[in-house]
Amino acid sequence: MADDPGRAAGWQLSDKPTARLAGKDILGIQEMSVAEIGLILETAESFKEVSTREIKKVPTLRGKTVINLFFEASTRTRTSFEIAAKRLSADTINISASSSSVVKGETLIDTAKNLEAMKPDCIIIRHSASGAPHLLARLVHVPVINAGDGAHEHPTQALLDLFTVREKKGRLAGLKVAIVGDILHSRVARSNIYGFTKMGAEVLLAGPRTMMPAEVERMGVRWHTRLSEVIPQADVIMMLRIQLERQGGGFFPTLREYSRFFGLNLEVLKAAKPEVLIMHPGPMNRGVEISPEVADGPFSVILDQVTNGVAVRMALLYLLVGGEREADRSSL
Amino acid sequence: MNLLIKNARVVDPASGTDARLDVLIEGGKITEMGPGIPEVKVGRGSPGSGSADAGQPRGEVIDARGKVLVPGLIDMHCHLREPGFEYKETIESGSWAGAAGGYTSLACMANTLPVNDNRAVTEYILRQAREKALTHIYPIGAVTKELKGESLAEIGELKDAGVVALSDDGKPVMNASLFRRALEYARGFGLTIISHCEDLSLAGQGVMNEGFVSTCLGLRGIPNAAEELMVLRDIALAELTGASLHVAHISTAGSVRAIREAKARGINVTAETAPHYFTLSDEAVRGFDPNTKMNPPLRAAKDVAAIVAGLKEGILDAIATDHAPQTAIEKDVEFDTAANGIVGLETALPLTLRLVQGGHLTLMQALEKLTDQPARILGIDKGRLKVGADADLTLIDLDREQVIDVRGFKSKSRNSPFQGWRLKGFGVMTIVAGRIVYRVPELS
Repeated sequence: MADDPGRAAGWQLSDKPTARLAGKDILGIQEMSVAEIGLILETAESFKEVSTREIKKVPTLRGKTVINLFFEASTRTRTSFEIAAKRLSADTINISASSSSVVKGETLIDTAKNLEAMKPDCIIIRHSASGAPHLLARLVHVPVINAGDGAHEHPTQALLDLFTVREKKGRLAGLKVAIVGDILHSRVARSNIYGFTKMGAEVLLAGPRTMMPAEVERMGVRWHTRLSEVIPQADVIMMLRIQLERQGGGFFPTLREYSRFFGLNLEVLKAAKPEVLIMHPGPMNRGVEISPEVADGPFSVILDQVTNGVAVRMALLYLLVGGEREADRSSL
Repeated sequence: MNLLIKNARVVDPASGTDARLDVLIEGGKITEMGPGIPEVKVGRGSPGSGSADAGQPRGEVIDARGKVLVPGLIDMHCHLREPGFEYKETIESGSWAGAAGGYTSLACMANTLPVNDNRAVTEYILRQAREKALTHIYPIGAVTKELKGESLAEIGELKDAGVVALSDDGKPVMNASLFRRALEYARGFGLTIISHCEDLSLAGQGVMNEGFVSTCLGLRGIPNAAEELMVLRDIALAELTGASLHVAHISTAGSVRAIREAKARGINVTAETAPHYFTLSDEAVRGFDPNTKMNPPLRAAKDVAAIVAGLKEGILDAIATDHAPQTAIEKDVEFDTAANGIVGLETALPLTLRLVQGGHLTLMQALEKLTDQPARILGIDKGRLKVGADADLTLIDLDREQVIDVRGFKSKSRNSPFQGWRLKGFGVMTIVAGRIVYRVPELS
């Protein structure tokens, strides 16, 4: 870390020495400082290389136990966390809502107390209720990582998105990032709004007015109701998944109409900047919010996001659980 | 037991009295009020020729110098949870909480199990009250059977059994035609309907106020309009029927505006708010504490300001607690699944006095909303200090400072967002029908 990749990327980490994440909870980007975000991104750079080795494993978290507590279905995020922990040599346990005692009526508090009694070193939680990780964090004494809570935050998604944009663009400050779709129900949107604005980028939102949350402009963003208003100025276009059941909720008339006015396809993309990045947190509804040609096209960094997710989560686990002693770094 | 309270600053909003007086209580009634009531009985006419008990003490003498003596506070809106949810609160424990908070009369809502929609439940509540409660208890009957909003409860029978008002509180009567009939029918029995104003289709699955904070937290929002639509509907129906409508727990600026306009047009409507709506905004929800979840939800700062202004202007007649005990079973869960409501009996008076300390209300205005106004709205002969009235009194120390600690609450439940708040101005003695039911240790 002698040559600061952050500085190379065009921004300064002036208060970097104060950023220290050991033992902390990661509940949301809103509460994180620029220095903390910067430290995670920097650390992720060095961890990205581990996944390219023939033996994709370092002993950093040997003897540590990481619990994946998933109360909501997830393939990508759960797998990403599990791979990240395993590549750091931690023992991982996956608990999903269907296999846990939740179905027996056990409360989150009881579940948390029982898990803590088994002495894990980190608990990663995904839950459909906003604020559930905060409830967990109040009760357990080990770091809690929010892997997505309701429509609140999905901090590791934002971190991997920041990492990906910085990797591709060389910087974050000054970029214009358009987030398109169902902002109202999106934790990805909230975390990215906090993340990109904190790192000096400008965030533009676009989507139907029904899916624009109240007073969202107070989060420091501008919003539009037409996709065409944001496409030409965006350096990054992040398409959000439209949940198909929203169709029945009066948020938009039909998927057909949604796709026509808010979907990203090659025709719409013609108005975009030449070096635009296309992102999607997944899982995609191909042909609804994004056409297959765009998703698989030259501007898409959707799979880079997935790859980087592992590096960012490795960095986070390392900093929270194993990052207390500088000596640990030598094991890299 | 007779009591002589000496040197109190007596504030009685009903009569506009604010004077240093002594108050003599005999046989559960106020028998004398005036300056310098002697501590021993004196005979008629010249000294020495008095009656047989002349020279005898008049009972316990309480020196109330520096304290304010007011009519016992009346909470026109609380949930005592009995029958059905005795693990949260009972009529007995709720009355202890009330007494500790300075209340001498509590009107309890009908959302018990079974619902207070019939004579048997009303009689049960009144019997429990008679046998166990420290305060007076006034049951409020349901408007509709089982609060389902489908058919009228036996309103005449409920009135006969002793309910003082009707409410489906916790739920609105969504069917406008049925609510119109309820207003008409209740009017015939001289009962006010207390309306919980919430358009359920607009409130949807919301769990907090819709606004910037709900946007940040990703919690589903309830717009102000969900309350205001129903306030406007109910005002229209009150106008149509000429019935007496009281709107519960007003939380929005638009509702205050609607009530102001209705009153100006002479419609028979009154309204209350609760201390949390003039004390906390939805910013308190940050952190996801389920003790900030209630219905209606804590609103934006501009609504809080409008509630304060509505109280000052007299648009909001009464301050009620909406005391809603919930235990850890209902509250130590995810915000989305947590039950609504907070306990309020033991914090309402100091929170109301903050408005006096802040210069928003005079002491007289504040006390009127806790005594005389709720008594008038409920039509009960309470809430005033005069010779011959029931001796329900509260002694307040305006300078007493305390840090709120829910562990010391008399209520069975602890769900307060005011834990740890330092507040000033507390009840130090509560007298119900001439009996001291609560006093701080220094006064014993």
